[in-house]
Amino acid sequence: MPQIAQIAETYSSQIFWLLLTFGFVFFVIGLGMVPKVQGTADARDAKISGDLDAAKAAFARADEAEADYRVRDAQSRAAAQATLVQAKAQAAKASETKLAAADAEVAAQIAAAEARIKAASDAALAEIETVAADAARDMVARIAGVQASDDAARNAVKAALAHG
Amino acid sequence: MAESGKIDPMHQFAIEPLFGTDHLSLGGFNIAFTNSALYMVLAAVVLWIFVIGGMKRELVPGRWQMAVEYMTGFIKNLLIANIGDKGRKYIPYVFSLFMFILLANLLGMLPLGLVGLHPFTFTSHFTATGVLAIMSFSIVLIVGFAKHGFHFFSLFVPHGTPALMIPPLFLIELVSFMVRPFSLGLRLFVAMTAGHVLLKVLAGFVINSANASPALGLTVGTASFILMIGISALEMLVAVIQAYVFALLTSVYLNDAENLH
Repeated sequence: MPQIAQIAETYSSQIFWLLLTFGFVFFVIGLGMVPKVQGTADARDAKISGDLDAAKAAFARADEAEADYRVRDAQSRAAAQATLVQAKAQAAKASETKLAAADAEVAAQIAAAEARIKAASDAALAEIETVAADAARDMVARIAGVQASDDAARNAVKAALAHG
Repeated sequence: MAESGKIDPMHQFAIEPLFGTDHLSLGGFNIAFTNSALYMVLAAVVLWIFVIGGMKRELVPGRWQMAVEYMTGFIKNLLIANIGDKGRKYIPYVFSLFMFILLANLLGMLPLGLVGLHPFTFTSHFTATGVLAIMSFSIVLIVGFAKHGFHFFSLFVPHGTPALMIPPLFLIELVSFMVRPFSLGLRLFVAMTAGHVLLKVLAGFVINSANASPALGLTVGTASFILMIGISALEMLVAVIQAYVFALLTSVYLNDAENLH
């Protein structure tokens, strides 16, 4: 068995070269390169799990935003409804007031017009009396030759007008 | 069967100095560059080239980078499973150990004999495996005593031992502890040696039976050759398993040093 037969002549060379080569493997490859390789793999694992976490968080945020949107949607619908109701009430009130104002104006105009008509008819009546009184005095003067007084003529006209 | 003497199944383990470096020495010790040293250098260089391919550090890895990261991830998982998160700092050592032994085992299996070269498996020499085993054992001792001081000896006294049983148990545990480097180094050496001897013996059967007579060659030779194919496959498996066992046991021992019981 050469392992035993040659041990005396070869052990030092075996140990020397093994330490040399394994030293190279350990210091250059093991310490110098392996941590970088493993670091790359670890960084990749960290990135993958980080991305997954970010995606999960984004998903949760989207859900939250949707719930938020629903709440705000409902709120704005309610607000719009309220505004609508209020506007309706305001419009009704405003038209009521305007109508009342217009009514009052129309009534006032009617009243004024009626007053004018009454005044005109009164004036006309008064004129008729005067004309009638004059005519009555003329008729009295011509027929009876008596100068009737103004008052008497007027009273006679009034009485005649009142009798129709 | 005079011819059978020509095929020596142990000759493959012979160490021969190369390039006329027979008398190269350092401080009086011979450090000839042998075929064994050549395969150590080859294993280191192949491993170096392999890991360089994993240094692209891309976020989306290519096949080669994926392979290298798979190996480092494999060692990382092994260490975390055995030691816990504190095991991460041993990744460089255990990775070097595992890959160096694995490549040594596999390079020794290459059918270079077909082109006239002599493949050599330095893990079939206990001078080599012994150094690796002593290295692992020393790291266990250094870590254990540095971390726990003399409390490290409590490793030899399992919890709940009756006072009367402490001395004999301490002795038994101490022996089992001290045997670790031997079992570590010898297991690898024996597994690799046995496999290679078996393959060479069967190869001898093929050659000798064919030389003896065509009838023997067709029966014994063919059967041996088929068996060799199967055992070669088995040896590939053993090459991986032995490297894994070495790394696994190292991490189990490191766990003792790191966490006691």
